[in-house]
Order: sequence, then structure tokens, then C-alpha cells
Amino acid sequence: MAEDDARISLEPQRLSMGRMSRIEVATSASARPQLILEGDIQFSQAAALWSSVRKRLKPVTRGETLNFDLSRVDSIDGGSMALLVHLRNELKLRGVRSDFVGATGSVQELVHLYRGDENPIRRKRRRPKKSLDEIGERTLAFFGGIREVFGFLGSMILAVLGLLREPHTGNWKEVPHLMERTGADAVPIVVLINFLVGFVMAFQGAVQLKQFGANIYVADLVGLSVTRELGPLMTAIIVCGRSGAAFAAELGTMKVSEELDALRTMGFGPVRYLVLPRTLALMLVLPLLTLLADLVAIGGGLVVGILTLDLSVSGYLSETRQVLSVWDVFSGLLKSVVFALAISIISCQQGFATTGGAEGVGRRTTSSVVAILFSLILIDATFTMFFYFFDL
Amino acid sequence: MSETIIQVTDLTMGYDDVVLQQHASFEVFAGDVFAILGGSGCGKSTMLRYLVGLEQPLHGDIQIAGLGRPNLEVGRPPFGVMFQSGALFGSLTVGENVGLALEQWTDLPHDAIAAVVLAKLRLVGLQGTEDKFPSEISGGMKKRAAIARALALEPSLIFLDEPSAGLDPVSAVELDELILTMNRGLNLTVVIVTHELASIFKIANRCIMLDKQSKSIIARGDPRELRDTSQDPRVREFFNRQVHQS
Repeated sequence: MAEDDARISLEPQRLSMGRMSRIEVATSASARPQLILEGDIQFSQAAALWSSVRKRLKPVTRGETLNFDLSRVDSIDGGSMALLVHLRNELKLRGVRSDFVGATGSVQELVHLYRGDENPIRRKRRRPKKSLDEIGERTLAFFGGIREVFGFLGSMILAVLGLLREPHTGNWKEVPHLMERTGADAVPIVVLINFLVGFVMAFQGAVQLKQFGANIYVADLVGLSVTRELGPLMTAIIVCGRSGAAFAAELGTMKVSEELDALRTMGFGPVRYLVLPRTLALMLVLPLLTLLADLVAIGGGLVVGILTLDLSVSGYLSETRQVLSVWDVFSGLLKSVVFALAISIISCQQGFATTGGAEGVGRRTTSSVVAILFSLILIDATFTMFFYFFDL
Repeated sequence: MSETIIQVTDLTMGYDDVVLQQHASFEVFAGDVFAILGGSGCGKSTMLRYLVGLEQPLHGDIQIAGLGRPNLEVGRPPFGVMFQSGALFGSLTVGENVGLALEQWTDLPHDAIAAVVLAKLRLVGLQGTEDKFPSEISGGMKKRAAIARALALEPSLIFLDEPSAGLDPVSAVELDELILTMNRGLNLTVVIVTHELASIFKIANRCIMLDKQSKSIIARGDPRELRDTSQDPRVREFFNRQVHQS
């Protein structure tokens, strides 16, 4: 090794089973320059090997020769060989003549296994997407999504027609269970949130109304707002978070684990078997939950009226009865049926459109909740405008 | 005799009140392609979960050379594992899946990690897939990618759970070749759970056979010898694909 003009010894490391890793990197300045490696080259020292070898390769320029002499390597593992092959390929792509020389036995086998004896192929750089391409792709995806929803709606209508012709083919036994999951199990959270909605609304109103001595109109404010707008909307939002997300995740998981395909191969139409029971259950329970929400929200307002406005229970309830018509309550319930339909269609459609494993399920669940919330607000606004223009 | 890499002593495995296998003792030597065989439901894949430390024995002991009892809490695992489904992370690309352990457990710079990832993918014949997501590649490719991920940290021991299950014959043979190449070229000890007979005879040099009924190991040794010489009707049925005669 007298001809070596530089030598790097990497810190020896203890390997498993009592062996020691020992790496020496030296550059020979002889007529045929070589990078000489010796010792036990193990992956535990790969970072040091990478930086020291790379440093030696930097000054080498096009047209020069620099071979990797492996004749003194006692052993080397796959990861370290992979790095050496990569570094040698970098040299070759720079126009430097470089090969692995002197390798014997298992070291030579590894050189061959990691294709260190082949010429490197220059990898094509992937062209980054232009922003116009991105906009185009997203626009197409958006309209594709809308088309999918309408396609799904169409298949639902066909399934309903089929079910009307052959009612015995429906998955009816699932409906009570789904009603319990989406309705009964949601009662505590619906009660709590709507009570607080009525409570907070009454508080906010009380501050203003008190100034004009119009305390009793808190009952009007809470009663009308809750039955026509907030009761149905808040309840639908809660059900969207609970059941809409659950439907999307459940059906999405079934899709990626091929359970939907299995259903198809067994002659079950997945829409008829899975979607219609969910839709029916939601359309039945959401109006009931909304009615409950209306009652507890009025209860929340009543508590504020009694505690802060010195109203009597009978006075508050009598004012509420006077201001509310049957239509006020019914319009809210009508909305809730449409909300239920939207939650069910969007969540099931998103579940059915899931691809790509666990991550795809998460993505579709998120997008189903976002789409449902957006559609709930849109539907609510449409109803409000419709009622306003037709004076309902 | 080669060095013992895994020593299993009097292992009883199961869950709750159900015992799947009891009093299992065997050893795996360095350089082995060691097959765990048996019919469906006998506990082959469960045995693998015990060997890698995902489950704790109800009784008995497992020792892995240089590690002691398999314990996944201690840090960088000294072995690689390929699960039956591949278990690639769906939110990461194939390349990111392979590079994940390198990011976590080495101080290699990004370009070096990328180089190792490409080399591992080339090794398993998956060059050009590093930017694809698992959902964009076939089942056989997923298994190959899972092997590349298991090899990322240069383990001397790798566990493979049903690597060729569900693959077409050509892909299955290619995978067998890959396992043999890894075993010989990388001096890798391979523990493989399978019931693919062609694969067993081609790649395994030693095996144990688990039995569901007796909850014990009913045969051990070279699978080809067992096929030709075993007097145990259960072993003969398994290797000769015969239906149980009672």
C-alpha cells in the first residue's frame, strides 16, 4: 500500500455475533487510478462509507479512469454494495471509465446481483406537471365526480323500482338495526347539542329583548328559528358526522376488500342490499330526531326564560304555541327527509367510489363529510328561498 | 453444524382459552430456507407472529441470535418481515415504503437512501415502480415490494408469510427464484410460511409441519425426504395431496 496517497479508516464497529466492521478507503495514485476498499464493509457504516467515497469521486473528471478495487474486501453486504454500484454508475454517467475490479467469490456474486457489472441506464427525468394541466385534470375530476353522483342516483332509482316490483328481495331485516345505529344511538348527542343551541340562542336574544321590555318574545325567537332552521340543520349535521362518515367508511372498506364484488357475484345488487336500507333508515329516523331536537331546543330556551327573564313556564309555552304553526314544524321535518336522502346518497356513493386501500377509505370518508355539509347548506338555502318566495 | 439463528423451546401459542400449538421446539440455522408447513388453520401464520414478537408465548421461549427474546419495542429490528398481503402503506409510494426504515434507522443522506431503494427494487425486479402507489401495482408486485421493504435494513434473517399465495405460476416461480437468490447471494436466512408444495420442494432445505388436530409438530427435516420416506399418514397426505382416509 506504499503507493496510496490518501487513506481513510472508518471507525470500527461491533457487529452482531461478535464480528467487527472494518472499512478502509484509499485512493491509489498509480498509473491506473483505483479506489481501494478493504475490510468488512457493513451497512451500519453506510453513511460514512457514502460520504468518504463520494468525496474521493468529486475531483474525477470526464475521460479519466477510476476503478473500484474490491480485492481486499473480506465481506460486504447488499446495502453497501448498492451504494457502491450507485456511486460507480454516477461516475460512468459523468463520462468517467469505472468498473469493479478484483472481486472474488461472494463479493463478485454481490457485484453481479446488484448489476455492478452492467452499464448504467440514464434515467429519464419526469416532467413536472404544468399548472394548466393540473387545473384541467382537477376540472375533469370535479365534473367526473358530479357525473358519478348522478350515475349513482340513477342506479338507486333503478334499485327502488326493482324493489317495488319484488318487495321480498329487499334487505328489510337490516333496517331496524340501522335505525337503532343512526337514530337511537344518536339521541344523547342530539339532545345535548340542540338543548345548548336553544339555550345559547335564548341568551343572545334575551340581552337585546330585555332592553325593550319584550322578554316574552324570546319564546318566539327560539321556537321559530329552531323548528324552521336550526333544529333540522343541526340534527342533520350531527347525523352527517356520525352516520354519514360511518356509511362512507364502512362501504369503502367493503369496496377495497372486494366484499362488494363478492356481493355482486352472489347475485345481490349492492345498491339494493346496502344502500336502500341505509337510506330508508335515515329517512325514517332523521325526522324523529329533528322533532326531538325541536323540543329540547325549546326546552333550552325555556330554561333561560325562567332563569334570566323571569318568565313563567306556562307563559313561555303558551307564547311558543301561539307563534308556531303546524307548517313551521312540518317544513322542518320535510327538510330533514331531504337532508337524510342527501346524507345517504353522498356517503354511500363515496363509499362505493373508494379505491386504494386504507388511505382511500380515509380520503373518501373525509370528502363525503365535506360534500354532505356543503349539500346540507345548499339544500337548506334552497328551501328557505322557496318558502320565502311562495310565502310558506 | 451452522450457527443457530432461532431457538424455539416448548412453545405454546394461542389466544384466550384456545391453544393453537403446544410444546413446539425447533431451531433454525444460519443459511436455512426454513419452511413452516401445515394445513389451513393449524397456526402457521400465528407461529410466524410469535417468532417476530408480535405475540407473546403462553408458555415456552423463543430466542433469536443477537437479540434474545423477540421484542419489537427495543428499536431497529434485526430481521425483515413480509406479510401475506404485502401490508404496504397505501399512502406512501412503493419507493417510500422501501425507504421508510432507512429514514428511521440510518443516518444516510436522501440521495443515498434513494440509491439503496432503487437497488432493492431492482433486486426484486421492480425497477420503475418507485413512484407508483401500492394501489397501482399488481398483487405479485406488492409482494415483491414488501420483500424489498423487508430487505431494506440488510437483515440476516427474513420472515415470509405465504409469499407465493395467490400468484400466477410464473410469478410464483420467479418469487421462488428471488428467495433462493437472496438466500445464496445475500447469505440470508429465510423462514417461510407456505403450503405451496412446488415452492416448498424447490426452495426449502428444512421444515416443520404443524398439525391442527394434535396441536403439535408432526414432522421435521428435509421436505423432500419427508415426502419420500415419512410413514406418518398425515405427512404423506400433505405432501402427496391426498384426501384423508378414515
